[in-house]
This record gives sequence, structure tokens and C-alpha cells, in this order.
Amino acid sequence: MARQSASKPKAVAISPAHPDKAALLDFCRSMLLIRRFEERAGQLYGMGLIGGFCHLYIGQEAIAVGMQAAKGDGDQVITGYREHGHMLAAGMDPKGVMAELTGRAAGVSRGKGGSMHMFSTAAGFYGGHGIVGAQVSLGTGLALANRYRDDGKVAFVYFGDGAANQGQVYESFNMAELWSLPVVYVIENNQYAMGTSVERSSSETHLHKRGISFNIPGAEVDGMDVVAVREAGKMAAEHARSGKGPFILEMKTYRYRGHSMSDPGKYRTREEIDAVRKTRDPIEHLQERLETLDFADEAQIKAIDAEVKAIVADAAEFARTTPEPNPAELYTDVYLETVP
Amino acid sequence: MVIKVGDTVKSGDVIAEIETDKATMEVEAVDEGVVEALLVAEGAEGVAVNAPIARLSGGGTASTPQSPVSGPATIAPQMGEPENGIAPLSPGGGGPAPANAVMKGASQGADAELPAGTEMIKTTVRDALRDAMAEEMRRDADVFLMGEEVAQYQGAYKVSRDLLAEFGERRVIDTPITEHGFAGLGVGAAMAGLKPIVEFMTFNFAMQAIDHIINSAAKTLYMSGGQIRSSIVFRGPNGAASRVGAQHSQDYAAWYASVPGLKVVAPYDAADAKGLLKSAIRDPNPVVFLEHEMVYGTEFDVPDVADWLVPIGKAKVRRVGLHVTLVAYSRMVGFALQAADALAVEGIETEVVDLRTLRPLDHDTVVRSVMKTNRLVTIEEGWGPMGVGAEIAARVVDQAFDYLDAPPVRVCQEDVPLPYAANLEVLSLPSVAKIVAAAKAVCYR
Ligand SMILES: Cc1ncc(C[n+]2csc(CCOP(=O)(O)OP(=O)(O)O)c2C)c(N)n1
Ligand SMILES: [Mg+2]
Repeated sequence: MARQSASKPKAVAISPAHPDKAALLDFCRSMLLIRRFEERAGQLYGMGLIGGFCHLYIGQEAIAVGMQAAKGDGDQVITGYREHGHMLAAGMDPKGVMAELTGRAAGVSRGKGGSMHMFSTAAGFYGGHGIVGAQVSLGTGLALANRYRDDGKVAFVYFGDGAANQGQVYESFNMAELWSLPVVYVIENNQYAMGTSVERSSSETHLHKRGISFNIPGAEVDGMDVVAVREAGKMAAEHARSGKGPFILEMKTYRYRGHSMSDPGKYRTREEIDAVRKTRDPIEHLQERLETLDFADEAQIKAIDAEVKAIVADAAEFARTTPEPNPAELYTDVYLETVP
Repeated sequence: MVIKVGDTVKSGDVIAEIETDKATMEVEAVDEGVVEALLVAEGAEGVAVNAPIARLSGGGTASTPQSPVSGPATIAPQMGEPENGIAPLSPGGGGPAPANAVMKGASQGADAELPAGTEMIKTTVRDALRDAMAEEMRRDADVFLMGEEVAQYQGAYKVSRDLLAEFGERRVIDTPITEHGFAGLGVGAAMAGLKPIVEFMTFNFAMQAIDHIINSAAKTLYMSGGQIRSSIVFRGPNGAASRVGAQHSQDYAAWYASVPGLKVVAPYDAADAKGLLKSAIRDPNPVVFLEHEMVYGTEFDVPDVADWLVPIGKAKVRRVGLHVTLVAYSRMVGFALQAADALAVEGIETEVVDLRTLRPLDHDTVVRSVMKTNRLVTIEEGWGPMGVGAEIAARVVDQAFDYLDAPPVRVCQEDVPLPYAANLEVLSLPSVAKIVAAAKAVCYR
């Protein structure tokens, strides 16, 4: 399932997954929540209720959800602008996320951040960054704080295949390994950065090998298989938490929708997208597994879907009707006023 | 339409693809059932937002046996929309140039240089920029273009459309997302004598590369005692788009315009965009060329002459008036012209100076105008403190102090990062109304 690629061999056995029923059902629910949420966000965008850029997570749900199981209390998460799914997976209220998308006062960033800039200190979620690659150094800095305090926390840093080419990624890799920082780098390789495929942008396309010259171990993971993600995540987190330094997980995944809402998608064929949807869909994959293991039948899965849809409908209604920020909010949060 | 009557669909299945002026997207079914009727024909245009596009029946979910599927079709105009109504494309997204996004722009004050009877061709700013690059690439084999999505994708905002087809991969180069790296490569290639055009998907991302723009490109001629040159253009959209938030909405004019060794150009209309970009490419110095996404789709007259060049360093008086001088650059020139129309109704005759180049700045034109009108309002999309308006006001005070009948006023972005919420964004950015109010204030009206 996970292929090791480091020059410095670090023996990490991934035990064959034998997940319990409750966990798998929970995965199913979380992944469905993300998918339905994103579908609805796409519709609200089309209706003009969401503005600017809006990057949907559809197709990549297994990564944010599976990695949750590797997260301990107080661990941090940071990612780029494709972050709605990560926040829902972290248990944040869909209403607050949707209301941020519509730019309302009840949004998680009080309407001031928008789709690309959402944060939650309560959930250990450090954003939501619009500059490709920025989260990699920032996330490594979160890990530096963990090492500094020696508090046993791990930082989970997510970035794309395109972001993997930014220089600051490698500056961060070097320091992370040099100082044995507790960080797990999760590369969400959905094969495209906007219209550019990995083959057209990267001299080494196996991104889990990008740590080799820094002595950072890496593994390739089927990012469409939530159980594989969970197992790899646990292994990598254990590595980082035990003081051995960073670990790189390359999640092979796929983005079903355009890069953002205005991507005509001429760089790939409809057949390519359909083939992934039909043969590798992470949610269908899990549902089949649930049925084969007799953990749930079709009716039960439908009931979960119905429950999730109701939550999303509520969130959308809330996001539509809750008020915009008070005009005075324009000038708040530029500086903190009091010295602690 | 991806579905037909009789198809069984489940939640999440794609049932239609739609194209709007700002989005190309798929519509998924929100429920499951059999398609009973298609309410919108294949290829239909002008479908209203929230119009039902299909009807499903026999849904498996108890709650909604019959649920219309609403398809977003036309985007409702956004608040704070630009004068030309162009919705944002996307470098968070990389959007296409929607064919229907052409709007008419008005640029007054014809260039004196033009021979009488010159034909004009209606051209969008986007195409004018492309034409400028194509003409210079035909003229000089050392000119090439590189940047993210400039080749196969035809540019995130379609500014480089068709260039790959004409010039090939050697001269139209798609880079990885590595701004600091490729800007450095560009400067290095320029030091070796080539003439790169480096496109930043937006200038927000040029912050990754600003070290090379300033430390490598701007300073090396001086440090090398005149030996090492870099004839290079850094270009791309600058300033606020629409609702893209703080990290994607900044006007860098004042930043670059404060650096000796750089030239900084910020055109408004298509004729200037073309003529100034051609001049920038030929210039032996590094030039920062600031475009504006919200004006890309606006159409203007471009003179039909063989080699249309506009000199760097010359402002243009776009409207002649007696009572107050408005000084602006880039998209704000359009706002200033609209404000001038509104002010004329109230009997205030406005002179509008389009700076066009920010470094070297054409102070003479500004000062001459203020000596006539005795009143100055500067307009910039960026923050006011230490800004372009501050520089202009200082020069006017220095050279025309005795002519001023009122303290100069700066119209600029509020002193906060740009918020996302529609209402806050409108409050934060300059607007025609704010310009009108400022002009009246300096006229004591
Ligand atoms: C520094 C910087 N350069 C360019 C962009 C524009 N941009 C936004 S997302 C993106 C593609 C990133 O692709 P990838 O890292 O693979 O992530 P994905 O979108 O596939 O999740 C680009 C070029 C940006 N936001 N920041
Ligand atoms: Mg990608």
C-alpha cells in the first residue's frame, strides 16, 4: 500500500488495516458530508452567493478524512486554498464554513477571509492560505513550536503537486530534517496544478521521493482509499511524534472539478475524469467495503446520505440568510490593541 | 446536458455542464431519481439563475419525491462590480476569457502624435497586450515569454492566447509554480542578452520573486559600473480583482515605483497597453508592467498603424478641465473619467491626468495641470500611506505650492487588508462616488 522511498531506510511496517465498524461508518459520513457540502458550494457560487475564487475538494475526500485518525489532541493542520474539506473533516461547523463562503458575519473568519482564508484556533486549523507553497514553511514553523515546547504535538502540512515545486518547500524540508521537527508533509497529488500536469512541471514525478536528498523518508499512498490513508497517516505521525523528524506522504488522488469555478478544463478529457469517477471514487470504494464487510447495507448508507444532505441544506440556508458583517468590522483585526 | 429523459441519476452525478460569464462548471444532481423531463434545451443560452433545468421523479429519498434541480446559469451581478462589469477569472483559478465579456470602454483625449485620419480598431486590453507581445516577438528573435500557464492554457487570463501556436515551445514557455526561481532565470537570461517577458499570474505572486526584481534586475547595472544589463519585462495583473480576498488583491505600484533602476508602467486603455508594452519590451532596462484584470475585457480604440509605440515616462491628459485635477493610473483612470462626467453635471469642470508611467513619473504634466486648476485629487487602488498619491502631493507642494487653493486629497484603499465580504469590499476600495466627493471637497462644494 505504501511504498518507501527514502535513502535512509526507516523500517515502518504498515499493518493490514482491520478497522472497526464505527470508524468506517464515521469515515463514510464525513466523506459524504464533504462531497455534498462542496456540491452545494458550487451551486451557491453559480447563483452568485459566493464570489471570487472557490476551489472544491470533490474527489479528494479520503485524504482529509483518513488523516483525521492519525491526528492527536492538539495536533495542528495547515493547508492551501482548497481547504473546505479539511475543516469539515476536523469537525468544524458546516454553517460557519458555508457562511464564510457567502461572506457573512457568522463565517469562521467573520466574512473577512472568504473561501481561501479560513482558520480555527479551536480546531487547531491554521488555514487556508492563498499563496501556493506558503503553508509548507508556516507548517514547519508550527512543528518548530512543538519541538521548542517539547509538547508531543505533530503538525500536518498539506500541499499540492504544483506547490511541491516551490523553493520554500525544500528550504523547509532541510530544516525540518536537520532539527528533527515533528511534521508530516502530505502532498495531495491530484495530478494537476491548474492546467499543468505533474509530468509537464516536475523532473521527478514521484513526489514522495522529493525528500531523499534531505534524508526524509516518504511513501506513496492510494489517496482514494480512506483506510490506506489512515494507516499511512498513523505510521507517519508516529514517526514524527517519536522524535524521528519529518515524513512525506504522497497521496495519489484526483480532482473531479475544475481548478476553481472558472476553469474550462481543456487540459484533460471528460473520459479521463469519468474513468476516475467510475473506478476509483473514494466514497463508492468505501461504501462497497462497508457492504462487503456487512457493516452497512444500501439503506443504511442512504440514511447517512440523507442526514448529511439535511445538514448541508441547513448550512446553505443559514449562509444565505445570516447577515453581512457590520461595516465597522472593516477596521477591526488589523492590530491587536492590548499587550498581554 | 449530460443526461436525457429516462436516465437514472444519483446524488452527485453530473447532470449538466454550464458556462457563465464567470464560471465553467458542472451541476450535480442533489437527489436521485429518473429524469422525467428536461426543462432546458441542450446549448440553451441566457438561462436565468435558479431556473429549473430538469425534473426528477421517483426519488429514492422519502423527503423529496419530486425535486426540481436548479442549475446556476447566469451569474447575478456582484456588488462592487467594475465599471466594465467583467467578473473575475481566476488565478486562484485561471479563467478563460469569456467571449461575452467584451465591454466598451471610453478613453478620451486622443494622442496628439497620431496623424489625422488614422483608422482605429476596437480591441480589448487583453488582445492589445497579446498583439504587442506578438509584434515584438516577430521583430526580435531574442524576445520570449515565460510564466505559469502562458503556453498550453493560453494564459490564466488568456492574455497569451495563440502565442504558443505562432512561436512554439522554445519561445512561449510554461513554468512550474516557482516564481522566485523563474524570475531569477529570466534576469539571468537577460544578463546574457536575451529579452524575456516574465508573466506573473498576478502580481500578488511576484512577491515570491521580488528579490530578483529588485536586487538582481534593478540594481545590477549600477553595481557593475554599467556592464551588466537586464532588458526584461515583468508583467501581469495588479490590484484588486473581485472578492478574491486580501492575499490576491494588492496594488504594488508604490512598491516598485520607489525603486531606482526599475521603470514602472501602469496603462489604462488598450492603445496605451499595446504601445507601452512594445516600448517596455524594447527598453534596455527592467520594466515592471502593471495590468489590471478588471479591464482586460474592455474594448477601446487602438490606432491601426504599423508600429504603435507609446513612450514610457509621459502622462496623458485624458480630459481637459478648469476646476480640479484628478490624477490616476490603471483602472482608476476609468473611475476618474466617470467621476468627471458626474461632476460636469454639477458644473465642476475636471481635468483628468492618466499617469501611464509611474517611474519615471511625468511630474511636469501634473504640476502644469494643478497650476491651472489649483486643486488636486489623486486616486490609487493601493493603500494611501507612503503611496503614489503621497508622492504626487509632495511634488505638487514642492513645485506649485502657491497655486494650491486647497490641500490635496488622496482617494485610495482603506488602510486595511482587503476584506472578502461583499459589503466590506465595497467600503474598502476607491469608487466613483468617493472620487466625486473628494473633488467636491477640494472645490469646497
Ligand atoms: C505563489 C503563487 N503562484 C501562483 C498562484 C496561482 N495558483 C493558485 S492554485 C495554483 C495551482 C496549484 O496547484 P497544486 O499545488 O497542484 O494544488 P491543487 O490546486 O491541485 O490543489 C496556482 C498556479 C498562487 N496562488 N500563488
Ligand atoms: Mg494539484
